[in-house]
This record gives sequence, structure tokens and C-alpha cells, in this order.
Amino acid sequence: MARMIRVLVAKPGLDGHDRGAKVVANALKDAGMEVIYTGLHQTPEMIAESAVQEDVDIVGLSILSGAHMTMFPRVMELLKEKGAEHIVVFGGGIIPAEDVCRLEEMGVARIFGPGTDTGDIASFIKGSFPDTE
Amino acid sequence: MSSRYDIEGLLARFLEGQTAAAARLITVLENGGEDAEKVLDAIFSRTGNAYRVGFTGPPGAGKSSLVSRLARRFRSEDAKIGIIAIDPTSPFSGGALLGDRIRMQSLFEDPGVFVRSLASRGSLGGISNCTDEVCDLMDAFGKDMILIETVGVGQSELEIAEKAHTVVVILVPESGDGIQAMKAGLMEIGDIFVMNKSDHSDAEVAAMEIEDSIKLKQVPEGGWRPLVVMTSAKEDRGIGDLAGLIRKHREYLEDNDLMRRKRKKILLSRVRNALMDRMERRLRGSEEVKRIVSGRMEEVYAGRLSPYRLVRELDGIVTIGRSAGPTHGE
Amino acid sequence: MTDSKRFDEAEKGYREALGGETIRDVEFTTVSGEAVDPLYGPRHTAGLDYLEDLGFPFAGFGTAADTNRRYHYLLEHGQTGLSVAFDMPTIMGYDSDHKRSEGEVGRCGVAIDSLKDMETLFDGIDLSKITTSMTINAPASILLSFYLAAGEKKGIPFDRMGGTIQNDILKEYIAQKSWIFPPEPSMRIITDILAFCSDHVPKWNTISISGYHIREAGSTAVQELAFTLADGFAYVEAGMAAGLDVDAFAPRLSFFFNAHLDFFEEIAKYRAARRIWARRMKEKYGAKDERSLLLRFHTQTAGCTLTAQQPENNIVRTAFQALSAVLGGTQSLHTNSMDETLALPSEKAVMIALRTQQMIAEETGVINTADPLAGSWFIEAKTREMEEKAEDYFRRIDDFGGVVKAIEQGFFQKEIGRAAYTYQKAVEAGKKIIVGLNAYEIEGEKIDIPLLKIDPQVESHQKENVRKVRENRDNDKAARELARLATAAAGDDNLIPVILDCARCYCTEGEIIGELKKIFGEYREPLFL
Repeated sequence: MARMIRVLVAKPGLDGHDRGAKVVANALKDAGMEVIYTGLHQTPEMIAESAVQEDVDIVGLSILSGAHMTMFPRVMELLKEKGAEHIVVFGGGIIPAEDVCRLEEMGVARIFGPGTDTGDIASFIKGSFPDTE
Repeated sequence: MSSRYDIEGLLARFLEGQTAAAARLITVLENGGEDAEKVLDAIFSRTGNAYRVGFTGPPGAGKSSLVSRLARRFRSEDAKIGIIAIDPTSPFSGGALLGDRIRMQSLFEDPGVFVRSLASRGSLGGISNCTDEVCDLMDAFGKDMILIETVGVGQSELEIAEKAHTVVVILVPESGDGIQAMKAGLMEIGDIFVMNKSDHSDAEVAAMEIEDSIKLKQVPEGGWRPLVVMTSAKEDRGIGDLAGLIRKHREYLEDNDLMRRKRKKILLSRVRNALMDRMERRLRGSEEVKRIVSGRMEEVYAGRLSPYRLVRELDGIVTIGRSAGPTHGE
Repeated sequence: MTDSKRFDEAEKGYREALGGETIRDVEFTTVSGEAVDPLYGPRHTAGLDYLEDLGFPFAGFGTAADTNRRYHYLLEHGQTGLSVAFDMPTIMGYDSDHKRSEGEVGRCGVAIDSLKDMETLFDGIDLSKITTSMTINAPASILLSFYLAAGEKKGIPFDRMGGTIQNDILKEYIAQKSWIFPPEPSMRIITDILAFCSDHVPKWNTISISGYHIREAGSTAVQELAFTLADGFAYVEAGMAAGLDVDAFAPRLSFFFNAHLDFFEEIAKYRAARRIWARRMKEKYGAKDERSLLLRFHTQTAGCTLTAQQPENNIVRTAFQALSAVLGGTQSLHTNSMDETLALPSEKAVMIALRTQQMIAEETGVINTADPLAGSWFIEAKTREMEEKAEDYFRRIDDFGGVVKAIEQGFFQKEIGRAAYTYQKAVEAGKKIIVGLNAYEIEGEKIDIPLLKIDPQVESHQKENVRKVRENRDNDKAARELARLATAAAGDDNLIPVILDCARCYCTEGEIIGELKKIFGEYREPLFL
């Protein structure tokens, strides 16, 4: 039996713009994944701890507030501290090209910009875990 | 097939108390197979300590919030808590949206609480097929109390009664939950009934209805008569009372030697289930059985051989203790 | 009747001519997924009596000349209205030095921690000569108090200060998600504001009831209409339940709607909103003052419809949206800049957005006539249909026991979440065309998101400011006032005078919120999806 892909979709920061995060969570569910959605206003500590306890394969952060350069590195650092650096991190939001480059250098797997088709996100995730097929 | 995981390494880190290793081992258990058995073998001697409480009730009754409040309450008494929150798997896509953590935010930064969301996957009822195994793992991880939150529809109510020491049924005053509870057989399995949303104007009446139907219930001399408590997870009221009732039920089980008996019963049924699983897998994997069946189906199709007769013939071939092909259904 | 019969015949002929074929290979639905007929005629407005059911718009809804004057007023460069956007920590009630404020101080607006910051913000400005609009909700009572206290220190009495606070907490639970307290205490704070302002700050617009964010969260047009009005009625009922005369506060309520893609659907939405509001205010709530019946509204074009792809297209998109709002009778307008979806808008983009409004006002002539589409079969039928659908929603909300109960059950959140997902799937399946996004794309287009440079000093500087405020004030007095606030919150007294006292002795926003949280608790979203 193929194993299931487990994804954590998280919305860090103080803003309440969760439309994108919810749409993506639903789309990934419909693409056959187990999606853990943790709600709004998450701190990096909460996100990392949830990711570890849930043993997810991948974490998606939705960031529209401009705080991406603090949030992504912090979450990745905490995952490492908790012995879970194998968890892949990706994101979505309004993130300038220069920052996308810097985030990818830090190890963020992929940043999806505005107008992304949710099918592309699902394919990207499935492609990242060939052992699940 | 070689293992996907380094089970030995994970177990070593698990015994050191690493959450990440425990979480990964739960995944191994969920995926089943030889790896899962290896894990269960290794941890079995460490199980049997955690008290297991199941929570069921209709969707929207406030199960997650109440479980979250209770967890905090038990934490204040220094108990280490494991929470298993089960949500349904979509029959269409096989995916699941696990959203119970939303209502458990206040627990996330407390290392004494381990929350795991499970999808019901293949299970027909409202709990995951590996709920027992995940409980074992949390138990072996040193959790004193495990709170299991079911989907709250379908068969989950009855299944949870086999897995938990105490079953808490959560109801709300709206939409005649009391009557629904009686219909769904909840009255039979609940040890404690919670009327949540006690701020609701109909709460007291609804709680009284439940009390009345409990009074009608046949309880043997010295047996446990279910108790009713009103709570408000929203306003954090009645949580201490509920915790007290759970404790009381536990004492009742202990005083009457029921804990030990229940454990025996559970272990016996797990041996049976494991045996059935193994037999099934063995039969599915047996080339000999496949060959004989496919060779004789023409006779069955033609009406010359009844299915039962064919099986009786097979019965002689496949016996326990005889190696019939691979033991695992890969 | 003859008209109607002739229409039916014409329609029949039309359908026969098509022979069962559709005209174009697309669904005939609005952007909200509502059916649209290819032909509209008298049958669609049967039973509608223009004078009885509609009346002439300028009898109750402000004249075109009013609207016209307002536009001129808005466009003149010597602005007398100031608008304040706050950063997320201020919006959520955290001081700049709170752990949760990290990385967010001063990012999407100004950080206001205490009266001190408000004094700095309006230094050298005569608060009796301007009006100020503050986009603030959960902590609106506190920011209003800071503002009033700032004016008071310069000797300006409360009744000579004017402005607006958004103060629409219900839509926060429903869509925008910037909440602090649970709904019930939040509604109490709002009625305290209504009562205080009607007595002491009569020129203040106390609530801007907002559908904008509901729509941005992915609702349909009908949902935006129904949920927003339901919120409005909930405020009216709360005010009346607190013993206020409806005509004492209703004229200070205003609305804020979204202008989305579907041109006629939007126009029908605004028209339906005005009718429902006027009718209910009069018939259900017994308002006598004509001004209580007026639905005054501001409109902003839909930020969520802007595409990152081919951003110049957004100029045209925004122009159509703005036109629908004007034809629908909006009192004021904000047009988005083409690059607003990506970053703070560039100066050029802001200029074009402003020019778009000016072209509508000066060149097109559409503002000369009030409700110019009145009487169109299609528009009237659509308006009526939206009214009916909104009424259906009102009934469902009533079944929950009102807006607050429906929020607690996750009703709105689920409805909107479902609509957003349905729309996304329709776009991805190509059933709804978004030019440049899922059709007419430019191969290999590179999306250029400009880098937003935020001075990291802002945060440390602001942290230092709060620290100084706490150091320099009379801390015993501050503690006494905060204790008084806790007592007031536990009782029934109007909270605004006490919050004002806290403001006057430089208690910070976070401290005031902290006291209130002790009594009111914090809100947690109940359900999802």
C-alpha cells in the first residue's frame, strides 16, 4: 500500500488573510493528501511543533504580510532543532523575486506566486515524494 | 521489501524521549505491515500504564474545544497528555482535512502534550484502524492519559467503547441531541454524558432529559450508572467537574478489578484481530490458493461446483503452521 | 400586458432561431455563479410597481448633485480628510514590544501604542478642521480614545471633532479575522461607542459596516450583500437593546462595499442594498428620521480580482468596477492601483487610479443622473432576485438565533469558504475566464514583484518609544486607571469614559486590551470549512 502524503498548511503572522491557505488545503485534500490545517495567527514555534508531532512530509506557509524573510528561516531553524530537518518547506504569497532566490538558497523548496493553479501545487508535492506513488 | 525507515534508530531515539521519533513511529504504525509489527513488538512491554478516555458525540458538539480544555486541566495536575484527533477520510479522493488542531492552539507550546491528527482512512467507523496501536505508542512514550476524539458519526461510538477505559459522550442542547443519542446507541456506551454549551437556554432541560433516560437504564447491582455533567468549553466552565467524573469512573474500574479485566479483554481481542489479519494476508498472498481457485472457477461458473465446496477443499490445503507463500501482503 | 405578450413571442422566436444551440460556449452565470438569461423583458419585472416598490432614488438616497459635490470634494487636492491605516500589532491589540509583534511593527501601517504616538501623528494639525478615517476594528474604542484625548489636549472639545472608525467587528469574525474578544463583549463595546458618541461626539461616524472584506475572502455578491446588511441590522438591534433611540445613532452608520468583476450583478447589489436597508429601518426598526433610512456607502474596487499577470490589464478592470459602483450610486470611491496586489503601489499607478475616477466623473457624464439604469428589465429583475436571495439568508441567520450565534456555528465562514473554493475550481477549469491568468496569457511572462524595503529601525525605534512612555508616565496612576477599567468591564457602565481616562494617563493599547482580556477572554475561531 502506498503511503499517504501528509501536509501541514499554516498561516503565520497576525493578519487574517486565510482565503489562499484554505483553498490550497482543500485542493490538496481533493488531490488525495492528508492535510493538517492549523488555523490563523501561528507563531513559528507552533508551526514547527505541529509539523513534528504530525510527522508531516511537507509544510506550506502562506505569507502575505511581508514577514517572509523572518518566518521561513525561523520555521526551518526550529525544525532542525527538533530533529526534523527532513521536512520539506514550501510557501505561497506575494514574495519578490530577489527574496525568492534568497529563500531557495536557504532551502525553501518552492515559492508559489499569485495566480498559481492549485493543481501545480499538488503536482509539485507529489513529485517531491516519489515513494508515495 | 526493504524498510523505508530505520526502525532501530527510531526506536532508540524514541526511548530517549524524542518527539520527532515518536511522531515518525506513529506514521510507521499507520502504514502497517512488518515495520509496524516490529515497532509494536519493541514497545509492548512498556504499555499498559496510560488511562484512555474516548470522546464522541455529534459533529459541532465542541469535542475538540472540550478535549483541549480538559488537557490543560490535567496538565495543571502534571499529567502527561496524548491526544488523538480523528477526522474522516474523503471517500472520493482518499485525502483528508484534519482541522482539530485549530481548537487546540493553547496546547501547542507545551511539550507535555502530544497531539496527533489521524485520518480514518480505510476504517468504516469514525476512528482510525490503528487507534489502538497509536495509543500504545503514546503509552510507551510515557503519557499518563490519552484522550481520543472520534469523528462522531457512524460506528465510531461503538468502536471507541472497545478501546477506551472511559467513554465520554458530548452532546449539545440544540437539535434534540438527546433523542439522537438514544437512537444512535450512545446511551449504551457512555460512561459520562456531557451537556456542552451550558450557557444555552435549553441546556438544563436537555441535561435533565438525559438524566431521565439514564434512570431507565438497567444497571446491575454495584454497576456503573452513567453520570451527567454540564460544561461550557467556550467559557471554561464545568471542566473541573468533568475531570472529577473521569477520575471517579477510573476509581470505580480500579476498585472493582475492572481495569485488569478490561485490559485482558482488550488484549484477547487484539490477539484475535491480529491473527485474523495475518491469516487474511497469508491467504491473499498464497500462490497455491490463487492457482487452485482460478483453476476451478470454471466449474463454479458452470454451476457444477458450489463456492462452499471449493472452500472446503481449500481448507485442507491452507492450515496454520504451514508456510503458504509470503507472509506479508506486499 | 401586450408588452409582455410581445416579449414572450420575441423570446420564443429567439430560442427557435438558435435551435437549441447556445450562443457562446460558456456558462451564462454571473461571477458569483448566478444564472443569467440571455433575454430580459417585462415578464422579469412582472408585479413590480415602480412608484410603490422602488420610489425615486433621490427622495431618500441622496441626489446626483450630492454625489457630484462629494466627488469634487474628494478630488480637490486640498484634502480635509485624513485616513489612517494601522500596522497588524495595533490592529490585534499588541504593543510594539510584544513578542507576537516581532517582524510586523510598522509594516502595513502606522504603529500606535499610546496617546503619545497619536499626538505625534497629528502634530501641528488642527483636529477641529479635518476629519479622520481610522481603519480599526477590534481595538476601535481605544484608538478613538487616543484620538479624542489628543484633540482634548489641544483644547478641542469632543463635539468639534469628526471622523470615522471602521469598528465593524462582526465582519472580522466572518471574514477579515482580526478579532480580539469574543462576539458578545465586542458587541457591548460597540454599543458603548454608539452611546458615547451620540452624546459627546455627534459628528463621528461610529461604524462602517463592511462587505468589502467579506467579498475579498471569497464570498459571492449575494453573500456580500446579505451578510453585510445582516451585520448592520445586528448593530441596530444591539444599539436599541442597549436603550438607544434608533434615530440617535442610525444616521451615523455607513457602509463599505466591494466592486467586483460582474458589472450588472454589482449594480444590482448596490441597488438591492439600499432598498433592503430603507425598508427594514422603517418597517422593522421604526426609524422616523429620513437620514436613518439612507444607506450611505463607500466602495473600493476588488483587490482580489487584480492579477499579477499582465498588470496593466488591472487598470481597465478597475475602471469597469469603478463604473459599476458609480452607476450603482456609491457616495465615495477608492480605485485600486494596478500593482496593488504585489506591493505598495508605485506613484504612477496611484496617479492612474486617481485619473480613472476623474475620467468617470468629468468625461463620461454618468454621474449626472441618479440611478441611470432604473427601469431596465434586466437590472430590475436582477435587483429583485438579489433582494430575495438576501432575504433567504436573513431567514437562515434568524434560524441560528442571529448573527452572533451563526458566527459561533461557523455558518458564514463555511459559506464563504465554499464559495471561494468553488470559484477557484471554476477558474482552474476554465469555466470562468480571467484575462491574462487562464486565457490570453503571454508565454513565459515573468512576474515582477518589487522588493519592499522596510527600515528595520522602525521596529526598534517604536519599541524604544513604548519603553519611554512607560518610564515617563505616572505609573501609579496608570495602574489605578487600569484597575478601574477591569471593574467597569466586569460591570455594566459605559467603558469609553474609563478607556479615555486610561488613554489620558498614557496607558498603552496592549495594557488596556490586557485588562479587558482578563474579563472578556479571547476569541477562538470555532469551526472551519
